[in-house]
Amino acid sequence: MFTAERVADEKDWVKGETGDWEVIIGLEVHAQVASNSKLFSGAATKYGSEPNSQVSLVDAGMPGMLPVMNEFCVEQAVRTGLGLNAKINLFSRFDRKNYFYVDLPQGYQISQFEHPIVGEGEIEIEPEGGEAVMVGIERLHLEQDAGKSVHDLSDDETYVDLNRCGVALMEIVSKPDMRSPEEASAYVDKLRGIVRALGTCDGDMEKGNMRADVNVSVRRPGGELGTRCEIKNVNSLRFIRQAIMHEARRHIDIIEDGGTIDQETRLYDSVKNETRSMRSKEDAHDYRYFPDPDLLPLQLEQSFVDAIKANLPELPDQRKARFVSEFGIPAYDAGVLTVDKTVADYYEVVATGRDAKIAANWMMGDLFGALNKAQIDLSDSPVSAKALGGLLDRIGDDTISGKIAKQVFEKMFEGGGTADEIIERDGLKQVTDTGAIEAMVQEALDANPAQVEKAKLNPKLLGFFVGQVMKASGGKANPGAVNKILRAKLGL
Amino acid sequence: MSDLTKLTLEDALEGMTKGDFSSVELTRAHVDACMEASDLNAFVTTTFEQALNQAKASDERRAKGEAGSLEGAPLGVKDLFCTEGVKTTAGSQILGDFKPPYESSVTTNMKADGMVMLGKLNLDEFAMGSSNETSSYGNVVNPWKKDVELVPGGSSGGSAAAVAADICLGATATDTGGSIRQPASFTGTVGIKPTYGRCSRWGVVAFASSLDQAGPIAKTVKDSAILLDSMAGYDPKDSTSLNVDNGDWVASCEKSIKGLRIGIPKEYTVDGMPSEIQTLWDQGIEWMKDAGAEIVPVSLPHTKYALPAYYIVAPAEASSNLARYDGMRYGTRVDGENLNDTYERTRAAGFGPEVQRRIMIGTYVLSAGYYDAYYLQAQKVRTRIAQDFKNAWETCDALLTPTCPSAPFAIGRKVNDPITMYLNDIFTVTANLAGLPGISVPAALDGDGLPLGLQIIGKALDEDTVFAAAGALEKAANFTAKPNKWWV
Repeated sequence: MFTAERVADEKDWVKGETGDWEVIIGLEVHAQVASNSKLFSGAATKYGSEPNSQVSLVDAGMPGMLPVMNEFCVEQAVRTGLGLNAKINLFSRFDRKNYFYVDLPQGYQISQFEHPIVGEGEIEIEPEGGEAVMVGIERLHLEQDAGKSVHDLSDDETYVDLNRCGVALMEIVSKPDMRSPEEASAYVDKLRGIVRALGTCDGDMEKGNMRADVNVSVRRPGGELGTRCEIKNVNSLRFIRQAIMHEARRHIDIIEDGGTIDQETRLYDSVKNETRSMRSKEDAHDYRYFPDPDLLPLQLEQSFVDAIKANLPELPDQRKARFVSEFGIPAYDAGVLTVDKTVADYYEVVATGRDAKIAANWMMGDLFGALNKAQIDLSDSPVSAKALGGLLDRIGDDTISGKIAKQVFEKMFEGGGTADEIIERDGLKQVTDTGAIEAMVQEALDANPAQVEKAKLNPKLLGFFVGQVMKASGGKANPGAVNKILRAKLGL
Repeated sequence: MSDLTKLTLEDALEGMTKGDFSSVELTRAHVDACMEASDLNAFVTTTFEQALNQAKASDERRAKGEAGSLEGAPLGVKDLFCTEGVKTTAGSQILGDFKPPYESSVTTNMKADGMVMLGKLNLDEFAMGSSNETSSYGNVVNPWKKDVELVPGGSSGGSAAAVAADICLGATATDTGGSIRQPASFTGTVGIKPTYGRCSRWGVVAFASSLDQAGPIAKTVKDSAILLDSMAGYDPKDSTSLNVDNGDWVASCEKSIKGLRIGIPKEYTVDGMPSEIQTLWDQGIEWMKDAGAEIVPVSLPHTKYALPAYYIVAPAEASSNLARYDGMRYGTRVDGENLNDTYERTRAAGFGPEVQRRIMIGTYVLSAGYYDAYYLQAQKVRTRIAQDFKNAWETCDALLTPTCPSAPFAIGRKVNDPITMYLNDIFTVTANLAGLPGISVPAALDGDGLPLGLQIIGKALDEDTVFAAAGALEKAANFTAKPNKWWV
């Protein structure tokens, strides 16, 4: 079974009353396959449709109905496996996982138990404030999603929506290689970046298209593994971190009070920020897995896998390396800008043909700051990549200073128009006319004779005059020109 | 006109082609015969009015020169095939008044070929049974009678009885462990289970998916070939359907078997088998020899494990296949205190004792801790049995065996003794476990005047040889006996 060789950085140890503890985390991420139709039926998968409007006879578990494999979903799983640097199993098989529930019409879920389509792999993650870590992938398998039970439409009845029933999911199981909430969320973020780059899952956690079951246990640093608990269906990076924090603390408190951890499945309540028991190991279903006799084993040709491999899009890690070499930006910036495909695509448009470092600073500083403040996704940004590029062009050709650009950007973000429109309308164009600047410089020198003498002895005081001139120009004077003229007048 | 029911399918089709009679006349004769035969309880649902309408439409098609291969033939459909807008019960109460909004692929094929459907034929509940006594719609009575009423075999008892009683020209059936061949043997009819994957399972209520296979029950070998040719064919909606062409099966029925090597498996001689069956088998060997076949003794050493393996695999798959009958979306529902209670009450009320027994066996053998010892072991046996056949094919082309270890027995005699009942399948389950084609041909009457059948098992996809051997057997046996129409 699993061993967990790596010991967490000391900064990630959790203090208890009896000493330090280490948190061991493994994740099972369910990623909905980006596909127009379901895994075993021709029904559509469109999100947000009328309840029970995307249900075939197969999905509804009608008598005599049979599943037929959606080959596109197989291709997507293989593509994802390759993106995870994982082994593709040419032979895989579908099994039935048997249990009764209202949102499971067949009475079983078709999944891959013994022979998953993708085997072991690994990805590198960069947790915030920590070193890069390799996280092992145990397996990836294809399975059907269940329907949705709606309990709150009526006091005493449950409604069932089967739209999601039969939709293809990829369950991506990690090895227990994470040691902190930050590592866990960086892992999910990285996975999200990979599947989005591959186009195999939209990674939308809000819609539940990507969600995680989090396995948590604690041990003395480097010691024997503890008993784990599984927290089901956590659907945001923040909740993943919070749930792990809470769960680790719960384990430590119980063990330090002389208790033992029961292996169980728990639910995370994001409102109360706590986990609570869903079912214990004793109550666990016996799923009676067996190979689904309605489906033939999946036998892939190596050439099929090779063809997918040959056409893989650029993955986040490759893109990061390219951004470093092509744009000359620091690895850290390249990492931030390539975690998500939308971000990387945006950056590439802004940076191409411009100062790439300034482009990176603008995106990571002003743009992300403004988006964050407004709680808007980059894909819905009021400032497009092209528009931001237009702004940077005006800095580049000295039309405006970096400082004025910030004002222009704010107006652009509020929907004030393009950079050129705003500069023109608000008269923000930088003064580069040396005559005008010279007059302003002279004015500043004349007004401060004492400072002039001091500055002649100590050129560091030049900044005072630059400030005076900029102030007088309303920020529009070209700082370079101001400096040059000042130095000339003072004979420096 | 009552003579029309005595015709074979082949002759009836020819009669309509020649214009001797219309489908309406033929159908009316069969509807009348069905109505007279209500004591047999062969039907769960009759569709006489629709049948007469279909016959009328068929006659019009024929007049326009658009006759299909089953044009205008009044046939019966086992009530395991979903039929659009016609109640489909699987012999169970759990389906309630379920009327499928879809038609099974097999019956779709037959309708496209001009079938007239007389109704839905009775069967053991979910095809689980060898005597038709597990049907929740009452048992079918065998048209062949001694001093007491006899079972028609099962699970396709309604199909077999209807064909034997001349109330349907032929019928669809399904075979999971012998459910076509055993009732054919019990009723003096011909029944063929083709190679697994020949007939689509789409729209057929599932019992055990890896074993279920549709096929016809008919009056003659050639009739069975005509029917199978319509039923079979590739269906992309069934992942286990085989994308292969049908053979020229009708022609094969008359092909010479000179030089054909017929294997006689020594393991098919079992303790307690009536001597009459051994005698008939010996007779069959002589007939094959006389027809020019070479007789080859073969060994299928794992035969004795077939029945136990079958009674693990089939219930295991059934326990999962029948999980969908939960009272939530269609069929019977008995409301309870909560969800689990509703499931329990619904399934307790909807499933009969034999189905419940098999669900429990299946659930048990798939349980954690038992899976390896039962299900996995049974799958290994299955591989061995398939290998036995492969080895046999090195020295022979087809096998000749008895179909069943007994003649039809009295209603009620074995119903409370499931193990004895399960022994009925001993010669037939092997073909299901290995996916091979098998046909039962009526060969003789026993001392009590009851029919006995012989079975031909062939190589996968070699229905041509199976039909050739069965045709030769039929010719030699010259079985012309018919049950007395005591029900009229």
